[in-house]
Amino acid sequence: MKMPRLVKLTAVLSGLGLSFAIHAQQEIRIGVIYPLTGSGAAVGGELRNAVEMAADIINNGAAGIPDLPFSAGKGLPNLKGAKIKLIFADHQANPQTGATEAERLISQEHVVAIVGAYNSAVTATASRVAERAGIPFLNAESSSASLTQRNFKWFFRTTPHDDLFVRNAFEFLKELEAKKGIKPGNLVSLNENGLWGTETTKLQAKLAPEFKFNLVKQISYSAKTTELTSEVQSLKAANPNVVLQSSYTPDAILSIKTYKELGFNPDMILANDAGFSDSDFQKTLGKDADYVISRDVWALDLASRNPLIKQVNDLYFSRYKINFTGNSSRSFTGLMVLADAINRAGSTTPEAIRTALSQTNIAGKNLIMPWKGVRFDETGQNVLGSGILVQMIKGKYQTVWPFEMASQEVVWPMPKWDQRK
Amino acid sequence: MTFEIFFQTLASGILMGLIYALVAIGLTLIFGVMDIVNFAHGEFLMLGMYSSFWLFSLYALDPLLTLPLTALMLFSFGVLLYRLLIVRIINAPMLSQIFTTFGIMILLRGVAQFLWKPDFRTIENSAVSGSIKLLGLQLGEPQLVAGLGAVLITSAVYFFLNRTRLGAALEATASDKEAARLMGIDSHKMFSLAWGIGAACAGAAGALLATFFPIFPDVGANFILMAFVVVNLGGFGSVTGAFWAGILVGVIQVMGGLLLGPQYKTAVVLVIFLGVLMFRPQGLMGKA
Repeated sequence: MKMPRLVKLTAVLSGLGLSFAIHAQQEIRIGVIYPLTGSGAAVGGELRNAVEMAADIINNGAAGIPDLPFSAGKGLPNLKGAKIKLIFADHQANPQTGATEAERLISQEHVVAIVGAYNSAVTATASRVAERAGIPFLNAESSSASLTQRNFKWFFRTTPHDDLFVRNAFEFLKELEAKKGIKPGNLVSLNENGLWGTETTKLQAKLAPEFKFNLVKQISYSAKTTELTSEVQSLKAANPNVVLQSSYTPDAILSIKTYKELGFNPDMILANDAGFSDSDFQKTLGKDADYVISRDVWALDLASRNPLIKQVNDLYFSRYKINFTGNSSRSFTGLMVLADAINRAGSTTPEAIRTALSQTNIAGKNLIMPWKGVRFDETGQNVLGSGILVQMIKGKYQTVWPFEMASQEVVWPMPKWDQRK
Repeated sequence: MTFEIFFQTLASGILMGLIYALVAIGLTLIFGVMDIVNFAHGEFLMLGMYSSFWLFSLYALDPLLTLPLTALMLFSFGVLLYRLLIVRIINAPMLSQIFTTFGIMILLRGVAQFLWKPDFRTIENSAVSGSIKLLGLQLGEPQLVAGLGAVLITSAVYFFLNRTRLGAALEATASDKEAARLMGIDSHKMFSLAWGIGAACAGAAGALLATFFPIFPDVGANFILMAFVVVNLGGFGSVTGAFWAGILVGVIQVMGGLLLGPQYKTAVVLVIFLGVLMFRPQGLMGKA
C-alpha cells in the first residue's frame, strides 16, 4: 500500500520531534496565577518572588540547604532532570479574570498544573476551570473553608483553612483564660464583606457560643472603602474587649488609623492574617502597628525550632531584601509540594500528577512551615497544617501561641493610644 | 447613640465629603466645558499623592508646602494630555472618548505600578498629624486641614470662574462653544485650561489626602466612584453643585452607616442618588 505523501512527511517529522523530546531536557510548564496588578499587586509581587525562587532552587540548586527537597538543583530526578518553567498570569483580584486566565493557561500555554490564586474568590473560579479541564490545581494561600467542600477531584490545598484559623483564635482566648488567668471579655467582629470576610463572619457567629464567648456585634464593610468612620463608631458604641478583624492591606491600615484618630481602645485586636501579614502593614503604620495579634501560618522566629526556615529565609532575603511572610512562605511551599508530586509521578500527564498529589506525604522537617507535614484528605485539604498566633512587638511579629512554641510572652491588653510613646 | 457620637460622625462625614467635592470639581469642570467624561480622574488624584510622597521622602518637603507645586505639575500634565491626546478626539464619537480616557486610566495605573511598585506608602510625621479636641469632638488634624484646604481651593476655583475674565470665557465656552468662538474666544485654549484646572484640583486633593490616606497605584479607584456620584448629584458641570453634593455624599455615607449599619453605607448613598436622578435628572444644581 502506498502511503500518501503527506502522511509520510508527517510521520517523519513527528519522529524527529519525538527524538528531540527525548534528547532535549524536558520542560515542565506550570501555570501560576496571582494578583500581579490592581489592589492585590503588593502581595502578588511577593508571591511571585517566592515561587520564582522555589523554581530556581529546583532548577539550579541552593547550596547549604540539604534538608530542602530538590536543593541539589538537578531539576526533577524522576523526569530525567526536567526543569520547571513557570507561566505567570495576572488575575487582578477579579474572579472573572481569574477564570479567563486559567482557561488561557490550560488551552494556550498547555500547563500541566496550576498554582494560585491567593484571593479565595478567584481561587474558587479559577479552580473550577481547572476541574472541568482535568488539570491539577494547587492552592497554597487561600483560606476560605468552602474551597475544599466542593467535592473537587483536581483541587489540592496545602494551607490550613479559615475554619481552623478562626477556631485557633477562640482556642487561644480559652487558653489565655485557663493558662494565663486573663479573661478576654466581650468580642466584636469587623470583617470585609467579600467571600472570605463573610464566611469568617458566619463562622465566628457559630463558634463564639460554642466556646462560651459573648460576641456582641458583627460589622462587615467593603475593602474598597475610603473611610471607616461609622464602622469604628459602631465598634466604640459596642465597647468590646477584643476585636476579631479580617481585612486586606489598605483597609487594615485605614482601620488602625481610624482607631487611633477616634480613640478606640480595645484590649486587643485579634486579626485574621491577610492585610495584617502584608509587610506593607508594618512599614506603613510604624509603631502604630504594635501589639496587634494576628493569626498566621509562619513567623521568622520559628527558625529557632527548625534551621531549614532560617536557611531558606536567608536565601530569600539575599535576593529580595525582605523576609518571608506567612503568604510568601506558603506560596514557596505550595510549589515545592507540587514539584514533589510531579517528580513522584514521573510523568507530566495530569492524571499521574493528580494521583501523586493525593499520595503526598511530606514530613514537617522538610518544610519551612510550622506544620506536622503535608498529606491531603479526600477533599484535597492538607490535614497536617496548623496556624500560629503572632504579636507585633517593636515592629516585628513574634510567635505568642501555641504557648509551647512562643518566643515571646503575650502582651495583654494593648496600651491605649494616648498612653503610647 | 450619644450626642457626641452623632456630631463626631457628622464632622467626619463633612471632612470626607469635602475631599470628595474637591475631586469631583475637577471632573465636573472638564465635563462641563467639553462634554467629555474623564475616567482617568482618579489617577490624577493618585499622581498628586505620589508627587507629594516623593517630594516628602526625597527632599523632606511637607505635602502642604508642596501642594502648589503638585497642583502646578498636575496642571501641566492635564494641559499636556489635552494637547497630545484629547484634542484628537473632541469630535470623535462618545464611545471613542470614553475609551480614550479609560485607556489613560489603565495606562497611568500601570505606569505608576511599574515605576513605584504596588507597595502601600504613607507620609509619616508630616506637619499635621495626630488629632485635636475641638468643641468636644476628636478630629484628625490631617483631615481637618484637608477639609479646610478643599474649601479654600473650591472657593478659589469658584472665584476664578465667576469673577475673572478668563473664568467668564471658560463659562461661556461651557454654555455654548459656537457662540463663544464667534465672540473671539479660543476654544482650544479654554479646553486645555479646563483640563489643567481639573487635573490641578485632583492633584491638590491628592496632596491633601496624602497626609492621612495610604498611597498606592490603584488608590484612585476608591474615590472615583463617589466622585462620579457627586458630579451627577450636583449636576453635570456645576462647580457649586459638586461642592454641596460632595459634602452631602460624605455625610450621607457616614450617617447612613451609623444609623442603619455600616454595611449599608454605600447603598444608602446610591439609593438617594437614584432618587434624585428619578425626580431631578439634571442633578441638584444642574441646569435642566
